[in-house]
Amino acid sequence: TTIRCSALTPELKTTLDKVVTSNKIVLFMKGTKDFPQCGFSNTVVQILRSLNASFETINILDNDMLRQGLKEYSSWPTFPQLYIDGEFFGGCDITVEAYKNGELQELVEKAMCS
Amino acid sequence: MGVTKEQVESSLNSKLNPSHLEVTDISGGCGSSFAVEIVSEQFEGKRLLERHRMVNAALEEEMKEIHALSVKKAVTPEQWKKQQESNQSNPAA
Repeated sequence: TTIRCSALTPELKTTLDKVVTSNKIVLFMKGTKDFPQCGFSNTVVQILRSLNASFETINILDNDMLRQGLKEYSSWPTFPQLYIDGEFFGGCDITVEAYKNGELQELVEKAMCS
Repeated sequence: MGVTKEQVESSLNSKLNPSHLEVTDISGGCGSSFAVEIVSEQFEGKRLLERHRMVNAALEEEMKEIHALSVKKAVTPEQWKKQQESNQSNPAA
């Protein structure tokens, strides 16, 4: 058997489950919504703002364990990572695409009203 | 150190067998960053998130070294053809 090193401890997984389900919209990003520290993260913040969404942001630069664990939790290798209604929605490119075709607005409205 | 455009292209070619592939180095000297446009039959019937996941999975090894990967396009040959046609009939767009 191979022993794999995992940053996603059971404790972190439980915490993340709680974070993504207790907030309608959560963005794990580099920096905060008031001070994004990467253009890709900033793009998603601006999109959510323009949709008048209320959302939480979590700065993955604050915690390397969180940063590594999240990559496994979402099966997604980069940041930002957007969660809507407890489900992983996508990174920057997917969010931009869904914003352009109206899909994101629909989903955000649904999440805010539920 | 780092990942080259050629490595990214060869992994995507061997795993997703694209009919069109365009990899652009967007690092500007600050580390490996790439933008990808890819057309593959394997995207048929898959949602955008799944398509992006397929691209990420194909580059699993490279992702350890890549700082930023932007998948600008992940479309099927049919969607690609339509997009090309609409670009031609409407060059201003």
